[in-house]
Amino acid sequence: MGRLFDFMLPENMSPLTADYTDGLFHFINEASTIVLVGITIALIYFAIRYRRKSSDDKTPVITHNNKLEITWSVIPLFITLIIFSWGYKGWLNLKAVPDDAYEIHVTGFKWNWAVSYENGAQTLNEIHVPQGTPVKLVMKSRDVLHSFFVPDYRVKQDVLPNRYTYVWFQAEEVGESQVFCTEYCGTSHSNMLAKVIVHEPDDFKNWLEMNGGAGGSGDPVEAGKELVNLNGCQACHSVDGTPGIGPSFKGIWGKEESLADGSTVTVDENYVRESILNPGAKIVAGHDNVMTPYEGILSDEDITNIIEYLKTIE
Amino acid sequence: MEAVKTSEKTTLQVKRFKPSENPTTNFFTEERGLKAWLTTVDHKKIGLMYLGAVAFFFALAGFLAIALRTELWTPAKTFIEADTYNKLFTLHGAMMVFFVLVPSIPAALGNFILPMQLGAKDVAFPRLNLASFYIYLIGAVFTFIALFMGGFDTGWTFYTPYSSDGDSATVIWVTLGVFILGFSSILTSTNFMTTIHKLRAPGITWDKLPLNIWALYATSIIQILATPVLAITILLLSLENIMDIGIFDPAKGGDPVLYQHFFWFYSHPAVYIMIVPGFGIISEVITTFSKKTIFGYWAIALSSLAIAFIGFLVWGHHMFTSGQSPVATTIFSFLTFLVGIPTGIKIFNWVATLYKGSIDMKTPMLYVFIFLFLFSIGGFTGIMLGALSVNIHLHDTYYVVAHFHYVMMGGTLMALLAGLHYWWPKMTGKMYNETLGKVAATLIFIGFNMTFLPQFVMGAQGMPRRYYNYIDQFTPFHQTSTVGSYVLGVAFLIILYYLVKSLMSDEKAPANPWESRGLEWQSTSPPDLHNFDHTPVVINKPYDYHRPMEEFQLGLAVEHNGHGEAHDVDVKETEQENS
Ligand code: HEC
Ligand SMILES: [Cu+2]
Ligand SMILES: [Cu+2]
Repeated sequence: MGRLFDFMLPENMSPLTADYTDGLFHFINEASTIVLVGITIALIYFAIRYRRKSSDDKTPVITHNNKLEITWSVIPLFITLIIFSWGYKGWLNLKAVPDDAYEIHVTGFKWNWAVSYENGAQTLNEIHVPQGTPVKLVMKSRDVLHSFFVPDYRVKQDVLPNRYTYVWFQAEEVGESQVFCTEYCGTSHSNMLAKVIVHEPDDFKNWLEMNGGAGGSGDPVEAGKELVNLNGCQACHSVDGTPGIGPSFKGIWGKEESLADGSTVTVDENYVRESILNPGAKIVAGHDNVMTPYEGILSDEDITNIIEYLKTIE
Repeated sequence: MEAVKTSEKTTLQVKRFKPSENPTTNFFTEERGLKAWLTTVDHKKIGLMYLGAVAFFFALAGFLAIALRTELWTPAKTFIEADTYNKLFTLHGAMMVFFVLVPSIPAALGNFILPMQLGAKDVAFPRLNLASFYIYLIGAVFTFIALFMGGFDTGWTFYTPYSSDGDSATVIWVTLGVFILGFSSILTSTNFMTTIHKLRAPGITWDKLPLNIWALYATSIIQILATPVLAITILLLSLENIMDIGIFDPAKGGDPVLYQHFFWFYSHPAVYIMIVPGFGIISEVITTFSKKTIFGYWAIALSSLAIAFIGFLVWGHHMFTSGQSPVATTIFSFLTFLVGIPTGIKIFNWVATLYKGSIDMKTPMLYVFIFLFLFSIGGFTGIMLGALSVNIHLHDTYYVVAHFHYVMMGGTLMALLAGLHYWWPKMTGKMYNETLGKVAATLIFIGFNMTFLPQFVMGAQGMPRRYYNYIDQFTPFHQTSTVGSYVLGVAFLIILYYLVKSLMSDEKAPANPWESRGLEWQSTSPPDLHNFDHTPVVINKPYDYHRPMEEFQLGLAVEHNGHGEAHDVDVKETEQENS
């Protein structure tokens, strides 16, 4: 609404979470600007007005002034207390998830966001939400710390491996908002992006139904491909031979793989299974041991499907 | 002969010692040669060796900064790989914090100036002082070992569990380096505190202590209390990595948030370890170049101590999004605002000091003005980050990066530059080129704002920190910032150029080119090996610019340490009452 520092903030797409923050952001900026301009003018004015005229200039002895000291302690104290209360109130609001919030589960892992919905629908790096409805994300990490940040909603929360954390927001307009990972998590930290995609409530219902119960197509190759996409394998493994953090899947099947310890191994069912469940056991030469173990995340059937899919990438 | 009554009512025979403009000997001419330097216990030589080491690390870490900014010219890869980038920003941060900012002012300038401002011959434990320097170097060696083992990419914060999987071997080496470095800080601080308590020259009561000494005193308290916690944290981290005990790593049953508490319990006070000594320099320079008594001596002195104390209670403001308990978050936010108040008080007192002064805009003073402007911005944006709801939005974005560069570079480093130029003639006996000094200061001001102002904007718009790639919309901000960093680089090269050039010139600097009343200026430039060839006697407060210079040039008349000639000049007959 035409405030001096509007240019600094991204568009406010979730007024229920962002309004307090934005109001306070503007208040602090404006108050600071006033004080800063005051200090700067005083500095420049003094520098010119009291410029040294000769080396034996006499200066008055002004050691202190208690009234001034009190003034410039108490007024800032007062202003900062306002800022504190304002910030506190806004923060309570960010913590107070509305009771009727729609729940979505988000799992962060190197370097993707896996999202699952009430009916079993799953997406990767896309969070589909209904417009005008409070949404609560229940988040955890599969490996190191990550942090879930949507600038448009002014919400951010670290994602931890050993506990659940939450954020909530209510997107008022159909459209997309950018998600960033803001806790450093390694090589591709800056690629750990996602989008919140806001649908009209009816569209959202349709979308959910269309995507419910993933993997039901019955074709193992298709199911495997789906799993590879959903689990973010492509963050590290390409399917077209481009080198990445992990070896490319192109032509992987039956290949003689040289390992970091100098030995070689043929890529077969057991090797792939082991590579997925316990990647540290055999490290491919030229790569680091950075792949997250998928033990407990992918079932035997999933792995079988992935293997069927890998066989087809030539 | 002049009689001075000290508070104990003993009468001191004093005599005036005007520092010679043409000393025949100084600490450079005595104890010459490499071996003498490496084994010296002279606080001035040790201070200069620190200065050299700090300058070396600053150049290295600054060079890395330029490389990082260059990589950020384009949203995707510009010239280095993601892994390299991650290692470089980690190294840049770790070196700037542990090897440059923490030791810079206390160990380099402080070592040189502190005993002189106290009128002492040296610090209380000269050998320990040398040991601190070598411990610092050993710490550095460990870090370089980690580098040669392939480097580390954890960020200077070493957050678990990221730092405990992957390259944990190199992380152990570098954290051990930091651990060792901590001992160097602790020993220097102990040394300073003892010196301040025990080695003040006759007449220096607590209310005549230069504010630089108060600042170093406050810093020493923080260092002695906080550094052991860093040591404990690192020991626990190493125990976890080496012996597989679950402390911080959830995979082993530990808690990563606990690590963050440990880490910030040291690292927040460390912010004050880095900035408070800078406050000391500002007070010295601003009085000298406005020829005026400091305004609010006690307000400035005590606010350093207040900051030292409250600074211990606000570490949780780095963790508002971490999942720490809500009660803790509330308290930490509240206390964070309280620590802002004494900092504000200082700024207002410095500005008030200028009122009706006789202001001479020499290079050191120019840096003080730059400091006051940049550091104020650092402070205001700190208030912004302390506000809970706003913090949630800004945490771990470029806004934070800009904020702490305004505080650390706009604050500490500008103060360091002010002090370096101010004491340069004292330390080296040579005068730098004033014009080039001003040119460089102006370039730094321009380059600095060009580098970091855009970072506030892109941070508030959502650009996260520690990002190798970024989305296109941030490109103009990043490119402006990169150009700004080049301007900064050029400015520092100019400084390097004229400082080195002044060293090689034959021209000598006068003993007290600024007509400062500071005790350190009542020695020759460069000082004698034992600083003064008499025991100074102090009757005035350090910033009593309304008193004639002669009253600052007094020394004990009877004792004579045999170094140099006593400079016989007329002695005043007046009786001085010591307060
Ligand atoms: C964080 C990056 C990363 C992710 C995500 C990832 N991997 Fe890997 N993967 C690697 C790396 C690095 C290697 C090579 C080092 C090793 O052997 O552990 C590897 C190795 C492999 C291998 C052995 C390849 C060979 O050529 O010998 C297979 C098979 C594999 N991964 C499958 C998967 C599957 C399936 C997924 C998804 C469920 C996945 N990976 C997700 C990084 C990743
Ligand atoms: Cu990340
Ligand atoms: Cu802090």
